[in-house]
Amino acid sequence: MNSINPLTGFKDPVLCRNLLDKIHAELGAPLSFMEVCGTHTVAIFQSGLRSLLPRDLTQVSGPGCPVCVTHEGEVAAFLELAKKDNVVIATFGDLMRVPGPRGRNLNIAQAEGARVEVVYSAFDALILAQKHPDSKVVFLGVGFETTAPTVAATIKAAAAQGIENLLLFSMHKLVPPALAALLTDPEVNVDSLILPGHVSTIIGLEPYRFIADQYGVPAVITGFEPLDILQALLLIMTQIKGKQPRVVNQYSRVVAEQGNPRAREIMSEVFEPSDALWRGLGRIPQSGLALQGEYARFDALRLLDVRVEELPPLPGCHCGEVLKGKVRPNECPLFGKACVPANPVGPCMVSTEGSCAAYYKYSL
Amino acid sequence: MHPPRLLLDTGSGGKASHRLIKDFFLKHFANEILNRLDDAAILKISGPIAMSTDSYTVTPLFFPGGDIGTLAINGTVNDVAMLGARPLFLSCAFILEEGLEMEVLERIVRSMAQAAAKAQVRIVTGDTKVVPKGAVDQVFINTTGIGEILAQPCPQGHRARPGDAVLVSGTMGDHGLTILATREGLSFEAPIASDCAGLGHLIAKLLKAVPEIHVLRDPTRGGLATTLNEIAGQSGVQCLVREETVPINPVVAAGCSFLGLDPLYLANEGKLVCILPEEHTDQALRIMREDEYGQNAARIGTISNDHPGRVVLQTPLGGHRLLDMLEGAQLPRIC
Repeated sequence: MNSINPLTGFKDPVLCRNLLDKIHAELGAPLSFMEVCGTHTVAIFQSGLRSLLPRDLTQVSGPGCPVCVTHEGEVAAFLELAKKDNVVIATFGDLMRVPGPRGRNLNIAQAEGARVEVVYSAFDALILAQKHPDSKVVFLGVGFETTAPTVAATIKAAAAQGIENLLLFSMHKLVPPALAALLTDPEVNVDSLILPGHVSTIIGLEPYRFIADQYGVPAVITGFEPLDILQALLLIMTQIKGKQPRVVNQYSRVVAEQGNPRAREIMSEVFEPSDALWRGLGRIPQSGLALQGEYARFDALRLLDVRVEELPPLPGCHCGEVLKGKVRPNECPLFGKACVPANPVGPCMVSTEGSCAAYYKYSL
Repeated sequence: MHPPRLLLDTGSGGKASHRLIKDFFLKHFANEILNRLDDAAILKISGPIAMSTDSYTVTPLFFPGGDIGTLAINGTVNDVAMLGARPLFLSCAFILEEGLEMEVLERIVRSMAQAAAKAQVRIVTGDTKVVPKGAVDQVFINTTGIGEILAQPCPQGHRARPGDAVLVSGTMGDHGLTILATREGLSFEAPIASDCAGLGHLIAKLLKAVPEIHVLRDPTRGGLATTLNEIAGQSGVQCLVREETVPINPVVAAGCSFLGLDPLYLANEGKLVCILPEEHTDQALRIMREDEYGQNAARIGTISNDHPGRVVLQTPLGGHRLLDMLEGAQLPRIC
């Protein structure tokens, strides 16, 4: 067998064309698919696939961008944390512009005197805490099962090294409970799911089984190259035709059936599932991660006495409906007018992987 | 003679300043106009002139393929040359941080002199300020350049017309990725280097053979995507780019893929975009490919009326999408 160049092989134009032709030929009735992950959203736009898929194959971008699903109440809470004396906020750059109540964000907080440092990983926050032993460094933990293990490992390292001035505001979220909430919602109407490749490297196939078993929806764990996505769509079409919905692993070169047990072990040592607020989806039981046991002492909210309130959505912003796939980004009245990447109203326009930002950036 | 590090009083205007000018700047930049050390330079120049100014700050100061000095010369030389002008004279102002190693300063000044000689421009006036430690990051340089316009009407951003061909003089993204990799201590499977180079001679040859060129521009900060968007906006036309025809060094492509960056948004410091009537395409490409700085020149696209003000990318799969300007900095992804 010939080996495939990982850089070019999975976007081979001829192979892609063949699969596209097959999709065009075999798609009978209209079909919608929801890609859950923001990286898929961007891949579909960036490769030009969106302009090549049949009109009757509808792409619905789901709640898979960690910045986008960060709840208004969580934004308000970290802005509150930033106001506290002697606190340094350590955050991924994407969160800087996420608007909270009255349009406030971390950029504005920083200009008003808050200490905010952009980091590239949780470990950078640990180093920051070592550098500022007299301050409390609060790391803003966002992301799904992909990001949570490294954050857990950082907290473990802090505990082992006796670094007690690193705190965590865990806004981590779990994908399967959100999918369950979406599939239960009578307003959400999608025929199939493209499941996130990176999240699946950690959790494996098992946690997705209910999608096919309980809801009868075909679901394919998918890689991020054009050939991956096209193959996944064909796998979905085959399942729909055969009326045999299953969870299939298209991304088997990266995702193991069992996922990554070691990463899950570290995650469950440091975190326990908890209820979480999702922007647009509201409170979803057992869909978040809270510090547990001896690690609870790193909980920024508890130590600094800040609460996450269930605030109403930002006025006029349809991000909630966009995340559920009920409204397309360009159907929101604010899209491209009051809400643009330079001055985003909602979080789906802030993150580069947000569906509104992708529509704005790539749609002709 | 000179202490190993720059002292604050070197900028006082007294004897210490004069020693600095004589032993560093005059030593390397010497020419009959500068040597006079008058308050201003007297220049003989005829016809319409192009003038451009730019300030340079870069971390790190030295990187594979160049340094802040070569950037300060070539950057301004290129800006002047893009208007279809022959760059002739430069001014050069330094803001230096107290405590700067004199050896570092001399390395920079020496490479500026070499770049200026290669570009056949003379540094005819200058200024030096020394500021307290922390007020600047080691060295900031401003250069202003002027040159004689070679062709009339000269190439300008508003002159792209439907039917024109879009060419680039070589690979995209080398400088931007080199700076990022040097700054972050990253290395790739093969070394990469900045493309920093003065393009005055190449442009003179191009315009001599093809005076009909409509637009010349160097895709520096913001990269090719940003430059093409500027031109599409100024000219009120669509620019269609065929992605697979854009030359990209495979090492840069692999590095960008690994880091989640797009080479079309990375800076170049020795490349140009050339937009011209389609019938001159082959001739312009031949001239570029004969030049040391244009060996990978390629046609990458076409100007049309379809979506005025927009840049459209035709992907290798044959799909079409918008190639927008960059919003802020390119950020590595969270997951």
